Amino acid sequence: MTTPDSSTRSVIVEKEFPHPPEKVWRALTESSLIEQWLMKNDFEPIAGHSFNLRLEPMPNWNGVIDCQILAIDPCKTLSYTWGALGLESVVTFTLTPTTAGTHLRMEHSGFRSDQEASYKGAQYGWQKFLGGLEQVIAGL
Amino acid sequence: MPTATDHLFRALADPTRRAIFERLARDGEQTVHALTERAGVSQPMVSKHLSALKRARLVRNRRQGRETHYRARPEALAPLVNWIGDYGTFWQNKLDRLEELLERMDT
Repeated sequence: MTTPDSSTRSVIVEKEFPHPPEKVWRALTESSLIEQWLMKNDFEPIAGHSFNLRLEPMPNWNGVIDCQILAIDPCKTLSYTWGALGLESVVTFTLTPTTAGTHLRMEHSGFRSDQEASYKGAQYGWQKFLGGLEQVIAGL
Repeated sequence: MPTATDHLFRALADPTRRAIFERLARDGEQTVHALTERAGVSQPMVSKHLSALKRARLVRNRRQGRETHYRARPEALAPLVNWIGDYGTFWQNKLDRLEELLERMDT
């Protein structure tokens, strides 16, 4: 059983591609292709596989993102953990075939509202405000 | 010691304060009297909320005669926008690159 955690929230980006799901899936799951649009990596399409995504090292951070594949269902769903700079989060890609190609939904979830300060997100109830703000940002 | 960001999040945590801030951002400068008429709480409460908003730099005030006028400083929301917007922008950019890659791929 999972309890909805009101102290976490998500970034969601959705996009339509005029390409079949099989092709989008390759771009999401082949290491050399992932590098071309996301980051350097040692990804392997195996459930439970741990891998790294690598950005250029920067001051105070080596640029390494620790990931582990949680779910992999060819041409449908890919989900992996995303651990970096104290952020323990999950990235999930969901592919849906459309008449024109593929609808891709990317959800990056698990941002903790109490990450830095002592305030308790649920208690102060500002998630709703942030939710509205996100729509504004998405519209920029 | 609370940081400026702490003040910001705390100020926006209260629905009455958010409503006051949203009204100032939407309708422009207003007096404490005008805000009290529509806030649904007493003037001392409105003044207290305005103090919290001012501490978070979300509003600025000026005195004119016996009235105090308040106006919103939407730019004070920047830390909030950065906090959640970084990853939103990050993924928008990445999916744009994915689109370019798909154009280049054969099959």
